[in-house]
Amino acid sequence: MKFMLLQHYGRVEGNVPPISEWNPEDVQAHIQFQKDLNAELRERGELVEAQALTGPDLAKIVLATDGAPAVTDGPFAESKELLAGWRMVDVESEERAIEIAALASEGPGPDGAPLRQAIEVREVMSPIEP
Amino acid sequence: MTPARRHRRDVEDLLRENAPRVLAAVVRRFGNFADSEDAVQEAMIDAARQWPVEGTPESPVGWLIAVASRRMTDKIRADSARRDREERLAVEPEPGPSAEADDTLALIFMCCRPELSPASAIALTLRAVGGLTTTEIAAAFLVPETTMGRRIARAKQTVAEADEPFGLPVPEERAERLRAALGVLYLIFNEGYAASEGPDLARTELSGEAIRLTRIARLALPEEPEVGGLLALMLLTDARRPARTDGAGELVPLDEQDRSLWDAAAIAEGSRILAEEMAKGAVGPYQLQAAIGLAHDRARRAEDTDWAEILALYGLLEQVAPGPMVALNRAVAAAMAEGPEAGLELLTEVEPRLEGHHRVHAVRAHLLELAGDGRAARAEYSRAAELTASLPEQRYLTRRAARLSAGGA
Repeated sequence: MKFMLLQHYGRVEGNVPPISEWNPEDVQAHIQFQKDLNAELRERGELVEAQALTGPDLAKIVLATDGAPAVTDGPFAESKELLAGWRMVDVESEERAIEIAALASEGPGPDGAPLRQAIEVREVMSPIEP
Repeated sequence: MTPARRHRRDVEDLLRENAPRVLAAVVRRFGNFADSEDAVQEAMIDAARQWPVEGTPESPVGWLIAVASRRMTDKIRADSARRDREERLAVEPEPGPSAEADDTLALIFMCCRPELSPASAIALTLRAVGGLTTTEIAAAFLVPETTMGRRIARAKQTVAEADEPFGLPVPEERAERLRAALGVLYLIFNEGYAASEGPDLARTELSGEAIRLTRIARLALPEEPEVGGLLALMLLTDARRPARTDGAGELVPLDEQDRSLWDAAAIAEGSRILAEEMAKGAVGPYQLQAAIGLAHDRARRAEDTDWAEILALYGLLEQVAPGPMVALNRAVAAAMAEGPEAGLELLTEVEPRLEGHHRVHAVRAHLLELAGDGRAARAEYSRAAELTASLPEQRYLTRRAARLSAGGA
């Protein structure tokens, strides 16, 4: 079963500043945490994809009217709703997907404290009929 | 295709067909499943590179066994901890000839150990017994190659740790191991059969592979009627595949399929095999499911379907292998044989066991539609569409709901 584990900007508990404002060791620790988690999932045969997206200031919202696109540039008032990145995992059950999301949810933040990020877990629709 | 390409393709086919035979011989000789599998893979890579250039050897299987064995002995010599085994090997007699089917069956049992997750057992079976490459398996399951490689490697490790001698499982474990193996083969079949999208030929080949392996298992286990039962089920199901999707790749329900497209030869063979198995007396779930498939396949038109027989078969299936899904299917058969009310009644009985499952809504929708309650049916189809995780099924349910909106039942 494939699941998307989605990370949005705004869903971090408490008043955590954006990563651009952390001190370098904390940034490095966070990056290493993500790399290590991906490596573990790859080693377990569970990782399908992991991607980070460019920042919300670079995001564009496109809405077309009669073929003419109206493009709105960031930053946005609703930046919190934007995706920061995702993992797609291929696992035996929803329980395992939730377990992985729980790991991702507590990556280290400033001073190494767990970030407590809310991860959205969505099953990917299967191309086969059960 | 150029002659060179044809030769390469022939070599690939030859390698794939003979993979289990070679692996079996090496595992029997050296005992280490994981290392043997690696050695055989490497020998096959060598063959794929050399044979198109130098020509296929007189005895391809002998060549592969020799090359793989040489890699194994090299590895053993390099590994000081294995020196004891090397001394033992020197005095062990050459293994005698063994029926190919028996070897393949032993490999299937190895790869389908119950402690492996279904996905792992499927991947390992396709690789070690089916001879598919990691690339092909990764493509079939839409997973990166490295990830699939790790999945297979871990599965091999689990098998190696079980340290079971090569051969059939001991009698006390036979029933459980057979159940696990048949379950994996059926999953592989379904992965291939139910793929209705896109250019994934890798997927549709999986059904053929499952059928091929089940045939071999039946050759080696003629006394087990459920193996033949599963084979019959696969053939009778696969026979309908050409009519299963429409020109746009969308699912066509059974009662609307163009039956002239069904594979008559597959139906005939499935029917014959089923008859042979059922004559042996012990009727199990695969045979019963095959019998239900045959009841559908025998009907020239949907309206000729013997639903009373199907209802009776589901009744038997519920006794032999009870479960909420079987009960659901029986509710549908009851509706078709005895009227929608009978089906809806059975549905209410089974519903508590399947709280919120999309199939309950899908079945209720179908029965309500049969009963003429279009509005209620539409609501149930929509609800089912919201809950299913299958994309083709979701589109089918949505279209079904829309059909009722447009002027309704």
